[in-house]
Amino acid sequence: MAPLAKITVDHLSVRYREVQALRNINLTLRPGKLIGIFGPNGAGKSTLIKAMLGLMPVTTGQVTYGARPLAQQLEQVAYVPQRSQIDWTFPATVWDVVMMGRVKKTGWLHRFSTVSRRLAQQALGRVGMLEFRDRPIGALSGGQQQRVFLARALAQEATVFCFDEPFVGVDQKTEAVLFQIFRELAAAGKIVMVINHDLGESITNFDQLVLLNQELIAAGPREWVLTRDHMTRAYGGHIGFFGHVA
Amino acid sequence: MWLEVAWLNPLLAPLQYAFMQRSLAVAVMVGIICSVVGSYLMVQRLALLGDAISHSVLPGLAIAFLLGVNIFIGAFIAGVISTVIISWIHTRSPIKEDAAMGLVFSAFFALGITLITTIQRDNKIDLNHFLFGNILGVTPADVRDTAIIAALVLLTVALLYKELLFYSFDPLGAQASGLPVGWLNAGLMVLIALTVVASMKVVGVILVLSLLIAPGATAYLLVPRLHQVMAVGSGVGVLASVSGMYLSYYLNWPSGPAIVLVVSMLFALAFLFSPTHGVLTGPGSRVGHYLRTWLRRQ
Repeated sequence: MAPLAKITVDHLSVRYREVQALRNINLTLRPGKLIGIFGPNGAGKSTLIKAMLGLMPVTTGQVTYGARPLAQQLEQVAYVPQRSQIDWTFPATVWDVVMMGRVKKTGWLHRFSTVSRRLAQQALGRVGMLEFRDRPIGALSGGQQQRVFLARALAQEATVFCFDEPFVGVDQKTEAVLFQIFRELAAAGKIVMVINHDLGESITNFDQLVLLNQELIAAGPREWVLTRDHMTRAYGGHIGFFGHVA
Repeated sequence: MWLEVAWLNPLLAPLQYAFMQRSLAVAVMVGIICSVVGSYLMVQRLALLGDAISHSVLPGLAIAFLLGVNIFIGAFIAGVISTVIISWIHTRSPIKEDAAMGLVFSAFFALGITLITTIQRDNKIDLNHFLFGNILGVTPADVRDTAIIAALVLLTVALLYKELLFYSFDPLGAQASGLPVGWLNAGLMVLIALTVVASMKVVGVILVLSLLIAPGATAYLLVPRLHQVMAVGSGVGVLASVSGMYLSYYLNWPSGPAIVLVVSMLFALAFLFSPTHGVLTGPGSRVGHYLRTWLRRQ
């Protein structure tokens, strides 16, 4: 994949049985920017990412990355699901989880290579979790668990990164580490998408925002998206926060 | 030299009989594969699915017997069909998965019992042996079939270990990295069905769930990684199935209940006394605190 390829979402719609979850989304996501996906509960933020990656059936529309469908290039994608999707009592250590990021690249019937081990080791060091490598995943705090998942994503050597609500239940230190690495990834020319619902101070960390409520309300530079009109359309009249709204 | 092992006589004496050697071989193999495959069931919260598949094999077994086909094959096919119907009901209607399992396995089980009861009037086939196990009635063909299944199951788990670990821990993450999770899931279902079929003679279809879940659950309280859970679980499973075999031999108990009683007791010991999770000895427990200070003083 060319390093500066972009993702194009073209007329994407998703419906579950009777519910229309996403309606006609058109969107271009470029590398080099930290992209925040915002919207109220039930806005379809997770659905958008899952549909883009082909993890759930779409009703209409295409998502391309460079010249080909994104869903056919998943080896380029690192995806970190919501914390609630994971069984934290699973019998695995930090090391086991980070090595999962190397499974696809390693290929069927092959053992993990020295290169894979070194990548996992470096990734753990980068998120400050190397000393925890032999701990059971369930013995960590929420923030530490999230950093381990970030390390897994880094070990994947992906060019597209998707994080679903990575800041839920994490400490200040982890939040700082996550934003720091997200920015480094963006600066290195990766496409970095982060689902968030916190409209507080941290929103200023994002360069680009995608504001969603079943349909696309607005997408683009932060200052351009955060208008009173857009926020009212996304969140209704009940939004108390307008500190960063132009 | 010979006298020193005299206490082993009660264990060794029965092994002079060929049928006991066959039982031992099958008990060891079944103890291992149940624990390995059951570890996946436990970590994926699919215990009920193990129960569903095991009850569903009966009609296939009966039909295969009627047609003169290998009953293992019939049982396996019925087990796989039941999982297909369960996921069909679950995905094509608002019925939840656990309700779908309950519906399907009770229907299959009822059909199986009806068929076998009808057949056993004219033939030498005993419903009780399939329900509760008859480890002492293992034939040379059973040993061969169990060995083939055990080799297949263990080889598959060994070859797909890293993919199955990723899939069972984080199915969405695994799918998003490009792994064919539909096939991995189907593969797991096939492994479960094969294991249940291999265990029929030993524990019977009603109690096989125990041999699937208890060894993994016991090991899970003792060690922190999945492959260790499988290894320690295999030890627990083999210990239970072999002890069950001897209890069955000396006390004339049905082998299934005997094995289940042993493995349940082993779980209870780990539950009470595990160094890391034990109710009495784990971190934060009073007894554990005293024990540790006492050990430190020694």
